[in-house]
Amino acid sequence: MAKDTQLDLWEVFIQSKSGLPYVHAGSVHASDAKMAMQNARDTYTRRGEGTSIWLLPSKNIVASNPDDNEMLFDPSNDKVYRHPTFYVMPEGAKNI
Amino acid sequence: MHNEHTNQHFQLRIDNGEYIEAKDYMPDGYRKHLIRQISQHAHSEVIGMQPEGNWITRAPSLRSKQILLAKIQDEGGHGLYLYSAAETLGISRVELIDQLHSGKAKYSNIFNYPALNWADIGAIGWLVDGAAIVNQVSLQRTSYGPYSRAMVRICKEESFHQRQGYEIMANMMKGTKEQREMAQDAMNRWWWPALMMFGPHDTDSPHSSDAVKWKIKRETNDELRQKFIDKTVQQAEIIGLTIPDKDLKFNEKTGHYDIGKINWDEFHRVINGNGPCNKQRMEHHIKYHNEGAWVREAAEAYKKKRLAKQLEIA
Ligand SMILES: [Fe+2]
Ligand SMILES: [Fe+2]
Repeated sequence: MAKDTQLDLWEVFIQSKSGLPYVHAGSVHASDAKMAMQNARDTYTRRGEGTSIWLLPSKNIVASNPDDNEMLFDPSNDKVYRHPTFYVMPEGAKNI
Repeated sequence: MHNEHTNQHFQLRIDNGEYIEAKDYMPDGYRKHLIRQISQHAHSEVIGMQPEGNWITRAPSLRSKQILLAKIQDEGGHGLYLYSAAETLGISRVELIDQLHSGKAKYSNIFNYPALNWADIGAIGWLVDGAAIVNQVSLQRTSYGPYSRAMVRICKEESFHQRQGYEIMANMMKGTKEQREMAQDAMNRWWWPALMMFGPHDTDSPHSSDAVKWKIKRETNDELRQKFIDKTVQQAEIIGLTIPDKDLKFNEKTGHYDIGKINWDEFHRVINGNGPCNKQRMEHHIKYHNEGAWVREAAEAYKKKRLAKQLEIA
């Protein structure tokens, strides 16, 4: 008998209301997309938590490495010109 | 540096109130403790479906049958959220289930007691879920991100569980003399095991100090147990149930209820496999897990066939 695999791992993202971003809810096990969809629905949206589901095989997720955090997520405090408050607006200008 | 791979820096992050994520550096002991605790928690949700499942076909009304089904489905879901959280720590679902079946992983002792009659379903929802909620509310702030997020989701679903149980008890206490006696009898049998759910006293809890230092546990066993007692005594009183503890007394000085001695010999007897239902619970899980193997195999075979077909077309 083949090794009991408990099937593939999938990540579940749920949009709680139309217009809002999809948020990671957790994961499910399933052998294919159809089964993953059914399982995600039953596991994560029993109380109207969602209006839409995205699924992704977990092995296809690319995640940043925490070791690179400093390089990737440096707050760039030297680049204040990226913020709107950096600019001086002429006195009396409206709606800008 | 954010990601320095030392236990000292890890502790600094914990002390700063940061959450730890799956790929972050963590000491071995932290990972091991989490796997043990989260998997025990997941197994408890799943094994806990058995005593209640026993009453689905015998629920006294269609309303109560629907409610019980929904509650048990929730518990299965809680197990799945928690297995997912445990899997982020690098252990597979197969290993988790194997550890349950071999007895290496434990589940909550409370589910080794039987649900003898309908009042037990009330007592389980009110007292067992009630005790679990006190623990789970506290764990929403646990330091491991995936565990904390699973707890937030679970807590949203739990309050219905406790309320449906309390409603059953309240209704039985308004019923016939026999019904009131059944409710009191269930209370008598579930009260002490519910208190034991919080684990040994802080003075003899082997895993507590690391868990508190790492903020896996945010409150100690005794603090959580006291919270549960203080909440529950009033709920029992207003529906006319008596707490089966002649030493129970409100302590004016501390503002908390003092209780009598917990029978830890009983706790250890049950946790070491000699409770009324240990054998039955595990046999049931193993049987249905094995009987479901062909479904998983068929699903895998179908997947392979579909993939092969796709390759042919392409
Ligand atoms: Fe639960
Ligand atoms: Fe529950």
